[in-house]
Amino acid sequence: MSRSVLYDEPGPKTLRRERIASIVVAVLLLALGAYLLAGMINRGLFDDRWLVFIDPPKGQTAFDVWTALLRGLRATLTAAVVAAPTAFIAAFILTTLRASGSSWVGRPVVVLIEFLRGMPVLLMMFFGLLALGLSAFWAVVFGLVLYNAAVMAEILRAGLAALPKGQVEAGTAIGLTRWQTLRIIQFPQVIRLMLPSLISQLVVLLKDSSLGFIVGYPELLRTMQLNYSFFGDRYRFPLFIVVLLIYLIVNLTLSRLAVALQRRTSGIA
Amino acid sequence: MLAVIESLPAYLAGFQMTLYLTVVSGILSLLLGTLLAAARVSPLRSLRSVSTFAVELGRNTPLTLVFVFFVFILPGVGIILPLGTLPAIIALTVYTSAFVCEAVRSGINSVGIGQAEAARAIGLGSIGTLRLIVLPQALRTVVPPLISVLIALAKNTSVASGFAVVELTATGRALARDYPADVIWMLLGVAAFYLLITIPAGYAASRIERRVVFSR
Repeated sequence: MSRSVLYDEPGPKTLRRERIASIVVAVLLLALGAYLLAGMINRGLFDDRWLVFIDPPKGQTAFDVWTALLRGLRATLTAAVVAAPTAFIAAFILTTLRASGSSWVGRPVVVLIEFLRGMPVLLMMFFGLLALGLSAFWAVVFGLVLYNAAVMAEILRAGLAALPKGQVEAGTAIGLTRWQTLRIIQFPQVIRLMLPSLISQLVVLLKDSSLGFIVGYPELLRTMQLNYSFFGDRYRFPLFIVVLLIYLIVNLTLSRLAVALQRRTSGIA
Repeated sequence: MLAVIESLPAYLAGFQMTLYLTVVSGILSLLLGTLLAAARVSPLRSLRSVSTFAVELGRNTPLTLVFVFFVFILPGVGIILPLGTLPAIIALTVYTSAFVCEAVRSGINSVGIGQAEAARAIGLGSIGTLRLIVLPQALRTVVPPLISVLIALAKNTSVASGFAVVELTATGRALARDYPADVIWMLLGVAAFYLLITIPAGYAASRIERRVVFSR
């Protein structure tokens, strides 16, 4: 790590002292970790309960457990995959209306965006479920689309604001209409500029799809719960750890992608 | 519409719980998040890596999963928390701290290294540099994103409604059940109470941001 603004470039003596302190802290942290681990072993968290993934009880096979979990993951991803493009298209429409230049259209759109951004996703899912009578799946998608459309519209607006003014002026100068300028000149640049933010928002969307657990959509978390209700409470911990790892793998892959893209685009600009 | 006014006491009770969760876990996660950020910019490599690990874990785990851990998994392991607000506050604090840490860290990183060099050049010591030059600038840049984190926290308290806490969203759900004819109005009522928190906070954030901008 490069030296930060917080302290001076250390000399050889300080470096040595820092290294010793770092090792001491590391040892202390390892001791704490070992203590926690010992406690977990004492509670029997690392006994044969992990066999649920290899040779589960109650006449089930490992295949059954894994397909159940993968089906849960697929349900989670399906909600996200349906919601993400829809939200993106909606965000486009909102941004276009907002940039249309007519305050009769722009104002209500701004109010709508602020309204949607200020509300919990879960409440929108309940709205879909209770007020509109949607199925659990569509209620999840409904909430995800509304909220993320508003957030992505904000991202696109920030991108439009970040473009140099000359871009629009050039479009107007060669006789393009406002819509043509947006479509041909502004949006292609904005999307490239804002791709990292849009992908980070995808991570948020994917994380929010776990709210389906609360509205009764059988996604990954619900599958986990069904599994430990079936196999027994001692299997809660191993199932939880595996589900956590699945989420981390998917989300970290997406986050890394966002960072890599950011590096590439900032290299160009 | 009348039913909304009729059930105002229920709304207020739910609103109070939402505010309580927001304020308590907001304060706790500001503390924990600042500690994490301090660890993340410290000169000790081991502290840095532990903090980085914790923040990455927190940012990539869904809040619902954090709730599930404290409400369903820990008791399964034999650590039983009292049901109700305590697990909710712990889960919200753990989750939000990671985002607070990121906001604080990027605030510190946003201060140019030339600022510290200039401070040293005019003879300020390390404490003077921090107190007079670095922290005032870092704090300014940190406040608007911190407010956004807290707004997100206020909205995230709704997840607690799935785990036996009766806050605004849970109230809305119950009211929707009790007044089947006015479901839309009931839920819009809940929305209005959320906007009561998020809109002024967002307004404050953008005002502060505008006032701070000149310093850059």
